[in-house]
Formats: sequence, structure tokens, C-alpha cells
Amino acid sequence: MHMTDALVAPAVAGTMYACSIAALGLSVRRIRLEEDQKKIPVMGVMGAFVFAAQMINFTIPGTGSSGHLCGGMLLSALLGPSAGFLTLCCVLLVQCFLFADGGLLALGCNIWNMAFYGCFVGGMLIWRQMMKRGMSRKKILAASLLGSILTLQLGAFSITLQTLASGITELPFMVFLSVMQPIHLAIGIVEGLITAAVLLFLYEARPELLWGYQEFTRETVGGKLTFRKTIVIIAVAAVILSGGISLLASSDPDGLEWSMEQVFGAAEIKPSGFPLYQAAQKLQEKTALLPDYAWKNSHSIFETSFSGIVGVFVVLILCAGCCYLLRFMRRKRDRGSDGG
Amino acid sequence: MDKMQRAVRDIHITDAYHIPKSGKAEVHPLSRLLVTILYIFIVVSFSKYEIAGVLGMAVYLVVMGIWYEISWIECIRKIWMILLPVSLVGIANPFFDRAAFFQIGGITIISGMISLLTLLLKGIFCVLASYCLIVTTGFSKICYALRCFHLPKELITMLLLMERYLVIFLKELERMLQAYKVRAPRQKGIHIKTWGAFVGQLFLRTIDRADIVYDSMLLRGYTGGFVGAAPVFSWKSSILYVVIWVGVLVSFRLYPVFSMIGKLFL
Repeated sequence: MHMTDALVAPAVAGTMYACSIAALGLSVRRIRLEEDQKKIPVMGVMGAFVFAAQMINFTIPGTGSSGHLCGGMLLSALLGPSAGFLTLCCVLLVQCFLFADGGLLALGCNIWNMAFYGCFVGGMLIWRQMMKRGMSRKKILAASLLGSILTLQLGAFSITLQTLASGITELPFMVFLSVMQPIHLAIGIVEGLITAAVLLFLYEARPELLWGYQEFTRETVGGKLTFRKTIVIIAVAAVILSGGISLLASSDPDGLEWSMEQVFGAAEIKPSGFPLYQAAQKLQEKTALLPDYAWKNSHSIFETSFSGIVGVFVVLILCAGCCYLLRFMRRKRDRGSDGG
Repeated sequence: MDKMQRAVRDIHITDAYHIPKSGKAEVHPLSRLLVTILYIFIVVSFSKYEIAGVLGMAVYLVVMGIWYEISWIECIRKIWMILLPVSLVGIANPFFDRAAFFQIGGITIISGMISLLTLLLKGIFCVLASYCLIVTTGFSKICYALRCFHLPKELITMLLLMERYLVIFLKELERMLQAYKVRAPRQKGIHIKTWGAFVGQLFLRTIDRADIVYDSMLLRGYTGGFVGAAPVFSWKSSILYVVIWVGVLVSFRLYPVFSMIGKLFL
């Protein structure tokens, strides 16, 4: 589910970085408010545990294949949403830097798609709301399954939106969506079952390790939201999102273009000979970094591609030659200084 | 070699690479991080048909690879990892984008093929740039650079702890899996009946170990932050490194340098 750098445009990457940093700031603030010095080392070691747990292949019955854990829902059920989110951010950072798994530029997207939904939606909306009237085996199973499926569906939906907004694929939105969502539904079910199995084991062995166990079992909290209400909120959110999809998928002109067409008979008005307008247009041409959402002079790429490729190879050979020469000289110098 | 052994090997390779060979002061990790981010940003900013521009960005990788003696075999392994996901997203391009791009000897190359190729190159270059960063800088120094970026100290502490305990947990997991395989031969993964117990046991061991780690940290004077030695670096080299690379990369992005050079030979 990791996105690579090639799949995101800089604007999309920047937006997702901003969203993820906001969630990160909120989580750090909450952890600082808890003033529990032990929590940070425990979270660090837990991050290593999740990383190790992701390496285990679980047999999927009846299919002959195997799946693995992502860990968002598991972490939020063990540490809580904020601590879980921070831990998963660390796992993603380590995967990005140490194993080049998921891009540096796409890190904001990956944090949002996996850690934010997994921990905040899964932990706050599903786990907390379902467990606040006391824990039971059935509730743990239901919360794990529902949380994992929902968070993976949201993650897959976000990937689709981010990839399409970046203009990477020629696939129509609905086709891309119809490929992504069912795959992640299957992955979500497997993830949910693994998460449930682990949490049920811990519920039997050491229930105090589950997030909110002591709080929820000591007294039944009379919260504002019941499980049913939570499901209704999620359903409403899904309907709103679906509405958003239909707007995005529409090939009709937008509101302004439609109005222009109705009034003037064309979506765009031709420039007039007014001198101020022409001066402003010239200034805009000079200052616009991305005219018509493309880099300047990019229209000439068809003509210059071939010569460009030849140039690249010439420069590469030159650079490689120079580097080898410099390396040879450096080694010679080092050998000379060692001998002296 | 399975996933775990590969991960442990990757960590050891990264540890071995970034030790400066000549013992001299090196480039500040923040400079390396900034140049890498700029490089990736420029690579992904090329439009989907600008294959020559993207190809030109290989210059950075070639120079870094040769100068720091990075293993080409390891680079190919990294490339292999991302080819599948990137190809899956771009595979539809040749089917939907069928406009003719150019012709070579009667064979028409369509735009979709060019955009797929550009996408693959972007993916490969970005992964290799990240790989160059980690092997030339090292994880602890990257954490130092992130701290310079004012990332919260809690996050940096967790990252450093994670890196230190990763190998221990992976080896522990390997032992557990080995024991499971001996008892359950010819099984592809962990059976559904033992999913909970297997990962649960690992988790309980983790929690116990975390307690021990915390106690030992307290005994060594832990007060909430991770104090690491600041890396030795030279300001002159660091500034020069940034200035040169920013100049080269930005000029490659803004001017058709390679087309101009290519025209000289055609």
C-alpha cells in the first residue's frame, strides 16, 4: 500500500505533507500532555515490534496465498490513537529511509493513508466508541474487522484520489476505483482477522495491555455517541464522499464555465484589444511558473526528446569518466599518505 | 533469502556504508537531506512525456554512486522492489493514450508508452536517490538532520530506539518462525489457528523487553530526550555541496541542457 514518489505530483505531496504534519503535531501535543516518560521508549520498542510483525506471512485459508499485517488498527487498540499514530509514523519513516520502501516525497501521503486512517478513524471512531460500554470478545472481533476494513477502504480511496490528482495514470476514475477498492476489501478482511486474533489473545492473557481496558471496565461511560450513532455518522460521511466522487468524475464544464457558456456561448472569452489587459497578460506570461498547469516551454518536448536523450548519454559518460578519474586520484593520494 | 534476513542484511549494509573512509570531516547530513528532497521534487515535477529531462537526472545518481562506491547490485535490488507497483499504475497508459509520439524505422511509438517509461524512470530515480541518502549518511545522522528541521524530539527518540531494536526483534522473530516451521513443515505461513498466539507472544515479549529497556535507560540518566553526539562536519564542504547540486539540478530542470549537447553530436 506504500506509494512511491513517482506516483505523486509535488502539489499533491505538499498538501498531504501539510495534513500529516498537522495530525503529527496534534499527536505530539497529546503525548506531551500525558507527561508519561515511559511512553516514548515503549512506543519506540513497539514500533520495532510492528515492523517485525509485518514480516510474518499468514496463511489465508482456502486460497493458497498469504497476507501480512499493516498494524494501524492493532497499534491504536494497544497504545491509543495519538501514540499509535506516532509509532506508525516512525515505522513509515524507518521503512522510507532505511529500506527505501515508500518514497520520501510520498511520505506525507503514506502517513495519511495508513497511519491517520488506521489510528484516528480506527481508534477514535471504531475502537473507542465500541468499547466504552465494556469490552467483550465479540466486540473486539467486530471492532477489529470493521476498523481494518473501513480504514483500508479509506486508504485505498485516498490513494486513488492522490494518484489521479497527480495526473499519473490514464485510467478513468471509476475504473481505477473499482480495481483498488475490492482488492483492499480482501486485504482489510485478512488484516481485521489477524488484528482480532492478536487482540483476543491479549484480552485473555493480559487484558490490561489493551487501550482503555481499565477506564472502560471500571465504570461505564455515558458517552454522547452510541455504536449505532457512530455507524450512522460513518454512513453519512460515506454518502458525502460518494457525492464528491460523482462531482470529480463529471466531464461536464464547471459552474463558472457553464455560466459563461449560457451567457456568451463559449466557455472562455477571447482577449480584447484593451492595452491594460494586454500588459497584464504579458506580465502574467513572464511571471507564471506553471502556465496552463504545465512547465514553461514544455510544448517543445516532442522535438527535443531525441537530441535530449543523446545529450544525456554524452553527459553521463563524461560524468562517470570524471568521477572514476577523481576516485582513482583520491585512492592514489590516500595510499600515498598511508605509506608516508 | 527471506524477508527478515534481507531486512537484517539491509540494516547491516547501511551501517557499514556510511562510515567515512578517510576520517575527514564530511558534508552535514542536513545538506544531503535537502539536496535529496530537491532532487526528488525536480524528478517528479517533469511532465509525463518529458523523458529526456527525467533521463538527464541520472547524472546525480551516477556521480553519487561512483563517488561513494555504492554497490550497483544493491541498487538493482532496490529498483526491482518498486517496478511492480509503479508498473501496475502506469500499465493502462499505452492502452488509453494512443497518440503517435514519434517514429523509428517505421515503428510508431505512442505517447502512452513514453508516459509509462517516464513513470518507471521517475520511480527508479527517486528510490535510488533515497538509497544514496541512507548509505552515504546513515540513519542516526538522518535523525540528526530531522532534528535540525525541528521535528519533535519524541519522534526522534522513537526513531533511534526503533532502529536499535529492529535487528533484535527481527532475529527473535526468526527464531520463533524457525521453531514453528520445525513443528509445522510444508506450511506456507502461520496457520489461522495460531495467528493470535504467535503475534501475541511476540507482543508480550516486546512489552517485557520495553520495561527492561526503560529501566536501564533510567539507570543511565534518561530524562526524556535522546542525547546523541553531533556529527563532525565541515561547513565549507556542506555549503559547497548544496550550492553545486542546487545549481546543477535547477539548471537541468529549467534549461534543455541535454538537448543542446545532443544537437552538437547530431
